[in-house]
Amino acid sequence: MATSSTLTPPLRSRRDSVHGHEKPSPVATALLLLGALYCLLPVLWVLMASTKDGSELFSTFTFAPSTHLFDNIAQLSAYRDGLFWRWMANTALYAGAGAIASTFVSALSGYVLAKFVFPGKGAVFNILLMGVLVPGVILAIPQYFLMAQLGLTNTYWAVFLPQIISPYGIYLARIYAAAAVPTDVVEAARTDGSSELGIFARIAMPMMLPGLVTIFLFQFVAIWNNFMLPYIMLGDDSLFPITVGLNGLLNQGASAPALYTLVVTGALLSVLPLILMFLLLQRFWRVDLAAGAVKA
Amino acid sequence: MRSILRVGAMATVAATALLTAGCSSPAADEPTAEGPVELSFWAWAPNIEKVVELWNEENPDIQVTVSKQDGGDPAVTKLLTAINAGSGAPDLMQAEYQKIPTLVASDALADISEGAGDLEDKFPEGVWSSVTLGGDALYAVPQDSGPMMFYYREDVFKELGLEVPTTWEEYADVARAVHASDPKRYLGTFSANDAGWFAGMAQQAGTSWWSIDGDSWGVDIDSEATEKVASYWGGLVEEGAIDNKPMYTPEWNAGLNDGSQVGWLSAVWAPGVLSGNAAETAGLWKAAPMPQWEGEEATGNWGGSSTAVTSQSEHVEAATEFATWLNTDPEAVQALADVANVFPAATEEAEAALTTAPEFFSNQPDFYDVAADVAETVSPFTYGPNVNVAFSAYNDEFAKAADAKTESAFVDALKAMQEITVSDLKDNGFNVK
Repeated sequence: MATSSTLTPPLRSRRDSVHGHEKPSPVATALLLLGALYCLLPVLWVLMASTKDGSELFSTFTFAPSTHLFDNIAQLSAYRDGLFWRWMANTALYAGAGAIASTFVSALSGYVLAKFVFPGKGAVFNILLMGVLVPGVILAIPQYFLMAQLGLTNTYWAVFLPQIISPYGIYLARIYAAAAVPTDVVEAARTDGSSELGIFARIAMPMMLPGLVTIFLFQFVAIWNNFMLPYIMLGDDSLFPITVGLNGLLNQGASAPALYTLVVTGALLSVLPLILMFLLLQRFWRVDLAAGAVKA
Repeated sequence: MRSILRVGAMATVAATALLTAGCSSPAADEPTAEGPVELSFWAWAPNIEKVVELWNEENPDIQVTVSKQDGGDPAVTKLLTAINAGSGAPDLMQAEYQKIPTLVASDALADISEGAGDLEDKFPEGVWSSVTLGGDALYAVPQDSGPMMFYYREDVFKELGLEVPTTWEEYADVARAVHASDPKRYLGTFSANDAGWFAGMAQQAGTSWWSIDGDSWGVDIDSEATEKVASYWGGLVEEGAIDNKPMYTPEWNAGLNDGSQVGWLSAVWAPGVLSGNAAETAGLWKAAPMPQWEGEEATGNWGGSSTAVTSQSEHVEAATEFATWLNTDPEAVQALADVANVFPAATEEAEAALTTAPEFFSNQPDFYDVAADVAETVSPFTYGPNVNVAFSAYNDEFAKAADAKTESAFVDALKAMQEITVSDLKDNGFNVK
């Protein structure tokens, strides 16, 4: 607890000192450029490939653009009466509502773990840490059986509920709460007669906001990209998120061609909202870094 | 037949019963008191939802909703998970023939022999036996079949002055000639990803991987005939006359497009795949019967599926009615052939429906005559209750062999496949001869 709160500030101030003062090292720059290239090349590929039609996709030069982007989008939109857009809406719902719910649960649990003293707190936190180490994929099958007993498989709930609790989110929230919410302020509010929930909602939450944005983004991306859970839980393709839906277009069985152009175009469209999300929420991240620097 | 599958099924059922203590038993068929009966249908045949629309228009009382699934294996895995969990399965399911013993062993399918009526005469014998498993029960209505054929680029054959191979020996010679003309060009590829393809080749060679003897199963994957097939392909891969990359990969698609794959041992449904993956080569391909081993003209089956009613369905009667309509009604069969691009299993209806060659093969007007002749030569083949295990053993072992590129590795892979399959059957409580 104490270690985690002292860990953050030095990390931040070091980052700040790099910014603007020291000369850029050519080796580091080259390495970063290489890293950027490594990350951006696949994106460029998707961008180029989604402008090609079926026969160009496998025959023309990989990074040569073509002119069929809008045909592809039209075809994708026409596929089974616009099922693709339904998948997009589903994903937005799973990721949007799921991330909000998950962020709230994380904030509440993290705040409680950081600011309250109760028996078994250490045990709870240790179990939580173990939870961070367990990949979600492993839990998908047990979760399926649980959902089946509740009769909730093949419903929106089956994908929504398991993703609300995120051990990593709670862990992060605890660290943010410990660092950003001074215990004095909480105690002062208590003395003034505010209820515990009131303190959390009106004092702690706003203080933790930059951290919560990070948790929200983190969860949003995790749910947006999640494949295994919805793949196992859902049978009805009108409930599919985009990941499972696109995978289905690739695996149509041996006797049907995989719909590569549709999948590539779909992949491109499906990352756009994520990019947009990051651009919009980046602002809050900056606030977070600056706020840390001032406090330190 | 049913009892022999049940023996082994007991073990799995007992295990899952522990997990699903709270599972509900299916209710009796619901009368149409409140609104139409709603049926869910897991399928993956392209455009099958358009065929289902025809039914929905004509039958306001029984409405069917298609949920597209990932083809073949994933859909079965998902269905079995749902069956084990006690809920979540659809009413109807598109099931490949080789999966039916597995599904029956897990109690996933309903016996629809009563509701379906007398359908036996409508289907070829081999197809019918794979949905009845040789007994009195009926586990599915056959939808389509996939008799294997040989496809080749006519233009390339002409250019190189090659004859269409009619025996496997000739096929090897042609493969060498094709590869010699251009080191990037291959007559075909050995695909370690497609166990169904290799099973079809073994079927053509006159063997059957499983057999039933009284109350025990026989597994004969490493039979002499299959070993002949494996070492034939191993030999071709070893000398480099045949490619060793799997099918259905972007690389393979590129090969179909740019003419580096000039042949494909496939099945009657190939036109759909070729037109989807290599549209610009339309009119350049031709279909011929498979190259033959000595003896009678024979072929194998690759793919093909049926419509089954699951054991979790609460509307078995309505679902059976739909499954029967989908695969035997002339209008439905016509639609299956036209929009879903399948080769319908119902003999007479298919003949009536398939009059003109697929557009991709407009250069071969007698395409379906060739196909119909080939379809009559499909050898018998029995699938066992652990096809999934055998097939994934194929993927693992033959992937290694295809990498190793030696004939002996191919034969070893077959032996490993046999061992894995037998020990899995035993582990699951089946009697194995």
